Amino acid sequence: MWRNVKCKYCFLGQIIDYYLLLLYIVLLHLKMSSHDRIDIFPSRMNLTIMKTRLKGAHKGHSLLKKKADALKMKFHSILRKIIEAKQLMGEIMKEAAFSLAEAKFSGGDFSHVVLQNVGKAQMKVRSKTENVAGVKLPVFEHYEDGSDSYELTGLSRGGEQLSRLKKNYSKAVKLLVELASLQTSFVTLDESIKITNRRVNAIEHVIIPKIERTISYIITELDEGEREEFFRLKKIQQKKEVIREAQEKVRKDWEKEKEAREVFASIPSNHVPSMLDDKEDEDLLF
Amino acid sequence: NKMAASRAGKLLAVIGDEDTCTGFLLGGIGELNKHRQPNFMVVEKDTPTGDIEEQLRLFLSRKDIAIVLISQSIADVVRYVIDAHTDPIPSVLEIPSKDAPYDPSKDSILRRAKGMFSAEDFR
Repeated sequence: MWRNVKCKYCFLGQIIDYYLLLLYIVLLHLKMSSHDRIDIFPSRMNLTIMKTRLKGAHKGHSLLKKKADALKMKFHSILRKIIEAKQLMGEIMKEAAFSLAEAKFSGGDFSHVVLQNVGKAQMKVRSKTENVAGVKLPVFEHYEDGSDSYELTGLSRGGEQLSRLKKNYSKAVKLLVELASLQTSFVTLDESIKITNRRVNAIEHVIIPKIERTISYIITELDEGEREEFFRLKKIQQKKEVIREAQEKVRKDWEKEKEAREVFASIPSNHVPSMLDDKEDEDLLF
Repeated sequence: NKMAASRAGKLLAVIGDEDTCTGFLLGGIGELNKHRQPNFMVVEKDTPTGDIEEQLRLFLSRKDIAIVLISQSIADVVRYVIDAHTDPIPSVLEIPSKDAPYDPSKDSILRRAKGMFSAEDFR
């Protein structure tokens, strides 16, 4: 028996869940389609405000698009430079490695000497920022700092090859610093292009439609108000017409009665309308 | 004066085989900082991957290193560390080693811009 009850509630529960889900989807659809606008009071001033905001959004959108285009152009040019520089680097590294082999051949194995005698670096880099379309890109600048720690290496043998080797590797270092510069600008630009595109899309697909929906909502509300006002005036006009006809009829009857009375008693009529009477003026209706 | 120097000047680090490191040290980039820590690492055939990864992460987190040069063959071993590093500084630069010529299709940075260039550009 308990199992039956449980099954009944299970089933009921499922039905309720289904209807709740349906209700949720319907409400969500309503929210998404017709009520996804800014919540403000529908007045004429607010309509002007919204129109100005729409204009601002369009302007912002076109400016951001221009920025994205400028960034993309810079991005492509940097990419091309990187590809060129990497090819050059491949060649220079090959040359440097070759001169290393030569120096080892004539000067013996000096690797240990070099690796042990590390002191202070002569080649260092400074970072500067370059401004491109509002984005700050980091740029490395290479500079020499002190004296050569390896001046005395290779004095005994292979000195010429060693000095050529040093020159080759410092040339390689200079090129690599430029390449690293290009690479960091590349990465930073990539990020900022993604951000700018995201903003452009957000304005185009979220902000502008929202403002447009708000404007059309305000316009429909104002139109409806006007129609109501018009209808109300027409109704009043009709009512006044009916009242006036009734009054007209009463007056005619009264006049007839007056004529009849005058025939019997010639009392001068003293009902002359004057401007100073307390009578109410009728409303002017078009 | 020292502070001005360290603010203005940043170092290059290098991770490579013995010859690569020797060459670059002769080029003048080698330095030991005040804790006697070097800015280069010699990698042999039997160096464990964990050591390489640890040293690379150390270089990437040091504020006084602006560029890390790494041989492409070693970069392949720790590719996941390089791909996860998205900061612009320090910049990781892959250099060819003497046994392997430079292969642009493996470079982490260029792969980010994949679709923007073709293999013909490298002939």
